[in-house]
Amino acid sequence: MSNWVEVCATDEIDEEDVIRFDHAGRTFAVYRSPDDEFFATDGLCTHEKIHLAEGLVMDDIIECPKHNGRFSYKTGEAKGAPVCVNLKTYPVKIEGGTVFISVA
Amino acid sequence: MSHIVIIGAGECGARAAFALRERNFEGQITLVGAEEHLPYERPPLSKDALLNRLEPKLVSDAARYADAGIEVLTGLSVESIDPAGKTARLSDGEILAYDRLLLTTGARPRPFPGLSGANHRIRTLRTHSDAVAIRAGLQPGAHLAIIGGGFIGLELAATARKLGARVTLVEGLPRILSRGVPAELSAVVAARHKAEGVEILCGVTIQELSEGPDDARIFTEDGRTIVADLIVVGIGAVPNVELARDAGLVIDNGIAVDAHLRTSDPDIFAAGDCCSFPLPHYGGRRVRLEAWRNAQDQGTLAAANLLGTEEAVSAVPWFWSDQYDLTLQIAGIADGATQAVWRHVAEDAFILFHLDADGRLIAASGIGPGNSVARDIRLAEMMIAARVRPDPVALAAPGTKLKTLLAA
Ligand SMILES: Cc1cc2nc3c(=O)[nH]c(=O)nc-3n(C[C@H](O)[C@H](O)[C@H](O)COP(=O)(O)OP(=O)(O)OC[C@H]3O[C@@H](n4cnc5c(N)ncnc54)[C@H](O)[C@@H]3O)c2cc1C
Ligand code: FES
Repeated sequence: MSNWVEVCATDEIDEEDVIRFDHAGRTFAVYRSPDDEFFATDGLCTHEKIHLAEGLVMDDIIECPKHNGRFSYKTGEAKGAPVCVNLKTYPVKIEGGTVFISVA
Repeated sequence: MSHIVIIGAGECGARAAFALRERNFEGQITLVGAEEHLPYERPPLSKDALLNRLEPKLVSDAARYADAGIEVLTGLSVESIDPAGKTARLSDGEILAYDRLLLTTGARPRPFPGLSGANHRIRTLRTHSDAVAIRAGLQPGAHLAIIGGGFIGLELAATARKLGARVTLVEGLPRILSRGVPAELSAVVAARHKAEGVEILCGVTIQELSEGPDDARIFTEDGRTIVADLIVVGIGAVPNVELARDAGLVIDNGIAVDAHLRTSDPDIFAAGDCCSFPLPHYGGRRVRLEAWRNAQDQGTLAAANLLGTEEAVSAVPWFWSDQYDLTLQIAGIADGATQAVWRHVAEDAFILFHLDADGRLIAASGIGPGNSVARDIRLAEMMIAARVRPDPVALAAPGTKLKTLLAA
């Protein structure tokens, strides 16, 4: 069962950027890709639980601000040392200029 | 090629072993390490591992080595290499024949001059067992004296304060972090340590250390005696080059390698803290880095070159340190800078950009709570690699997105 939660207006996330979104005691990272699509993953790096939203988005990669661990934010895949555990991803939809993620 | 032997099971050796498999090497890989543990991360040893971790934070668990078909021999050291016969002799007498060899022997703490023998109250910090021994001495109220105001000493000071120990730090130079860190940043670090109750004594020359059954003492040249329960010496590290030197390889402030990480023997490579290499972007000057990401990057690169890819070092040096809630990050090397540009990032967070006479960005040093400077330092690193000459006014303007300057 999906559980859509409102995140923000689409224009609150820059292209090729990320924001942190906290909901019900959990933290997520919500991305806007250079080709203007939206994605969502767990908010914390799988290496040392650092907020990824302070990291750098380049193409389809989010790089952790702490030790530069890299993930694909589209698939959640960990791209090599120091991170080896993938990120969980969440479905995203856009309705009327608003970003929603499904956190179920 | 059928057998690659990697000597030194630290961050760099472990990374190289996995990278060989990622590059589809199907031969035998043997990773030999003198420590009893599988390769683990050293950075936590002066940070949170000292607070709450009883086991080392492994780079990978045993199952991943097994899955990748990497044979890890722990608790064994290589005692000699015969480059002509292409063999390595282990401390248990076994002889390993190799086709290609990678040396990732790392570095060890520089000993305090004149100090010899086993000391219980005078220690250094490099390994998990060092950390365990130091932690045992850091009860609340215990007095820790640290010699050396470098990163490891300062991180240890911060951690020891969290554990409730009293801390005195003695530095011989006029300021802490004088190697590679701008004065503006080291002033922030020093002020924070003072506010946390660390006593920092700069410009103090130590004459002698002594250890008794109940305490350890520092005798300074100006006649002071500092009495502590535990002394930790953090005055830098020396590369483990003896094995390479005895094998006849060229040594130059580390095992000398070329831009492909190849030593003076065509079948032997070296990477990580143990080697010196020509640094690109800085006129190819020879440096030896002691940095965690460098160990990973060079491990990965060495794997590629062991397999015949002729790929040159291209990474810009990058380093971080955590003390209290402050993180400092430095990209590049600021020596030779003629101009520093200050960028305000947030309250308590700033970055200094270092430009050379041509206006090229050659380094960036930032400090702030948490990861407040991380993104801009990372972008600065990319600008350094791209040899960008950014507009100093734009760099200084907090409103400028650094991404827009990458193409400058
Ligand atoms: C306390 C501490 C904190 C640190 N914090 C940071 C930080 O915050 N940021 C950062 O960027 N860097 C940090 N570093 C530096 C970073 O950990 C090192 O750069 C990194 O560990 C280097 O990896 P390496 O594999 O080259 O060498 P090492 O980690 O030194 O590993 C080399 C291994 O080889 C083994 N060995 C040596 N000779 C032989 C032999 N003949 N036979 C078998 N085995 C052998 C050694 O026992 C050792 O296990 C820190 C280091 C320490 C000690
Ligand atoms: S915390 Fe993300 S890479 Fe280490």
